[in-house]
Amino acid sequence: MPPILEINKLSLALPPGADRPFAIENVSLSIERGETLCVVGESGSGKSMTALAAIGLLPSNVRPVSGSIRLDGRELVGLSDRDMREMRGRNIGMIFQEPMTSLNPVLRIGDQIAEVFEAHDVHDAPGRRRRTLELLGEVGLPDPQAMAARYPHQLSGGQRQRVVIAMALALEPKLIVADEPTTALDVTTQAQILKLLDALRRRHGTAILFITHDFGVVAEVADRVAVLQNGRLVEAGRSIDVLSAPAHDYTRKLLAALPSLEPPAPRKIAPGIPAIAVAGLRKTYRSQPLLSAGEAVAAAEAVSFEIRRGETLGLVGESGSGKSTVGRCLVRLTEPDGGSIRIGGTSVDGLSQSRFRPIRRRIQMVFQDPFASLDPRRTIGRTIADGPIAQGTPKREALSNAGDLLELVGLRREVADRYPHEFSGGQRQRIGIARALASKPEILVADEPVSALDVSVQATILGLLQELQEKLGLAILFVTHDLRVAAQVSDRIAVMHRGRIVELKATGDLFRSAEHAYTRALLSAVPGGRA
Amino acid sequence: MSKPPPVAGTSRALRYLGLRCLQAVPTVIAIAVLNFFFLRLAPGDLVDTMAGEAGAATPEYMAMLRQLYGLDQPVWTQFLHYLSRLAHLDLGYSFRNSTTVLDLILSRLPNTALLMLSSLAVALVGGVALGTIGARWRGRWPDALISAISTVGFATPLFWIGLMLIVLFSVHLRWLPAGGMTDVEAGRTGLPYLLDVARHLVLPVFSLAVFYVAIYARMTRSAVLEVRDLDFVRTARAKGLAPRKVMARHVLRNALLPIVTMTGLQFGTLLSGSVVIETVFAWPGMGRLAFDAVFQRDLNLLLGVLLFSSCLVVVSNLCTDLLYSVLDPRIEVR
Repeated sequence: MPPILEINKLSLALPPGADRPFAIENVSLSIERGETLCVVGESGSGKSMTALAAIGLLPSNVRPVSGSIRLDGRELVGLSDRDMREMRGRNIGMIFQEPMTSLNPVLRIGDQIAEVFEAHDVHDAPGRRRRTLELLGEVGLPDPQAMAARYPHQLSGGQRQRVVIAMALALEPKLIVADEPTTALDVTTQAQILKLLDALRRRHGTAILFITHDFGVVAEVADRVAVLQNGRLVEAGRSIDVLSAPAHDYTRKLLAALPSLEPPAPRKIAPGIPAIAVAGLRKTYRSQPLLSAGEAVAAAEAVSFEIRRGETLGLVGESGSGKSTVGRCLVRLTEPDGGSIRIGGTSVDGLSQSRFRPIRRRIQMVFQDPFASLDPRRTIGRTIADGPIAQGTPKREALSNAGDLLELVGLRREVADRYPHEFSGGQRQRIGIARALASKPEILVADEPVSALDVSVQATILGLLQELQEKLGLAILFVTHDLRVAAQVSDRIAVMHRGRIVELKATGDLFRSAEHAYTRALLSAVPGGRA
Repeated sequence: MSKPPPVAGTSRALRYLGLRCLQAVPTVIAIAVLNFFFLRLAPGDLVDTMAGEAGAATPEYMAMLRQLYGLDQPVWTQFLHYLSRLAHLDLGYSFRNSTTVLDLILSRLPNTALLMLSSLAVALVGGVALGTIGARWRGRWPDALISAISTVGFATPLFWIGLMLIVLFSVHLRWLPAGGMTDVEAGRTGLPYLLDVARHLVLPVFSLAVFYVAIYARMTRSAVLEVRDLDFVRTARAKGLAPRKVMARHVLRNALLPIVTMTGLQFGTLLSGSVVIETVFAWPGMGRLAFDAVFQRDLNLLLGVLLFSSCLVVVSNLCTDLLYSVLDPRIEVR
């Protein structure tokens, strides 16, 4: 029997003016019935283009120039639009990365699933309805009847991804293409979705082309692995072989960059008064509809911790746990409702924003998104110098300090005159760190500072943060959803769940002997954790 | 976390409706008050025009008329009268037309509604169609042509379009009537009457719609281009849906949401546009009524028309909001 999917020496040409001539070049892959092939790579590796090529949804300016894609023996390259459309949905299903945006916001869930049958003229109306409800049940959604009548915004991210899976599965296609299907999900949700995909694959014998950047996920789901770098296939083989004995340097580098769940040996933190002490911090968000009472969501409730100079406290939790709210309350980007915050022994409670301003120098923030957090119309030197200038440093001096800071974070001082778009994601995050350090703070609040970065870049930024911490004696609150990252950078870890810290321990202790049920659930959900 | 599905509660919708009507009351009162005083800034009154038309009138006669119409009272007394009449939902009496203002308005309202709704329909259908075609063929000749037509469309004054259409289709080609709503002499009834009205409707509707066709075409084009690249459209294509269905059900359905808002907001401008068109085409509607009232200094009538139009705009905005909450499930009335 031929493989379900066989990609042979496929090259996809990028439009003229792109950074390279081919999105992928001479790539060959194959997937057998019921098998999961993981295509792994960093951003720009061409992994998503490979997925889109398989389902015939390439952007109009990217086209196959040579090679073939065969589905169950049938050539897909050069197929007419009509024939390719017939393949999509019926023979190839697709699951996308972003569950929040991949469903039409104004159509009911049930109608969106039934549309797959309609597109391929399968079943009559009652039959479609019945199958839709069956599918909703099969992907593990409670009360299919009610679910079918809902709109996407009434579902959580994990539920939406289940709906997308139901759509992909509707006509029992031979192949499902899954492009980073769990990247946008919380770790516990991710574990559930991966389990669901695996169960469905076994039951229906579906082959899965699974695109991911995360070797943890690879260890969880892959039968075989293909590693892409800059559009070229550098290594392919059985998952166990590639993970345990990678043959290519790049694969080794990627594997090494994946932070280990094994925390490093604990560091010694000098005693002294805490750089920051938080006690009983409380913040409640209220929606205020016109007439009804409104809902209140406790984003932070009785949150207490201390951080010493030179120490990193990891604040981990899933989306909506309140971890970012805590970070924002510390720098007063969000006003807390109650509790006390002492910075270097000085209480800042009840200070107005203007009275807080001189203290803000001492506590600074590094943001998650290095693309959105820099003003695109300001030179980076100016962006870095803005804080000190606002605090009263003469402009000339502040700008010259900005140059020093750029060198401190590993960039050349001459780049101060450039604009953010000229830098890569990792470089921008370095700039973000330089900006935070400009006012010589004692405390750094880092809100998911590496989540938007590729693993190899992630490692260098984490290294930089640690180096700076030692040099400058920074106290760092490291907010993250990624337990692997937290394990590597934190001296102690606080686990947040529904606005409360449910467990706070030295990192080693937490990984060895987690007490709280939620912490244990979180730890066991980390992909590749048992590998 | 997942929220419960919206209660299909008519009671909540009704409560919302009641609340919005309550909010509209101060707006409408403010409009009434401002209108009352602003209109008094214009020199001359009803009696002046009546005297002018009669050719001559003695001061005594004019004083008598003013006393009769209550125009000799101090402004604030007149104002109080006006308010107390309004409180009884009485729009007053048009001495000029010898009938109540409300009767006059109600007799003209259907004509204006016919003109406006037809124009709105033409504008929406034409604009959305042109905009979709433009987006479909972005950067190609159909797009360039449509965009050129749109530019001309909203750069050209309404009245001028009306006049040029009359010159072309009525005067030269003699295809369509130049004005009015029916051929009064023919005295048709039934179907022939309706067809006659439709023939009279073509030119004014088209003139009024041109501007809005242009606006909707532009808005639709940009909205379609924006929505076309969203993730859920890709999901729809991955299902194997035909392009036509992807466009209608996924792209247009979402792209039209901002256009609904725009249409609601533009209801007022459309109403003022109809004043011009009704004048050019001698269409017996409310706009024409207002226009005549201005020249006759028939303040009662003018105030009535203005107030009534304001209420129409307020109601149409309310309808837009309700419609929007039906079209976009993410928005819940509360």
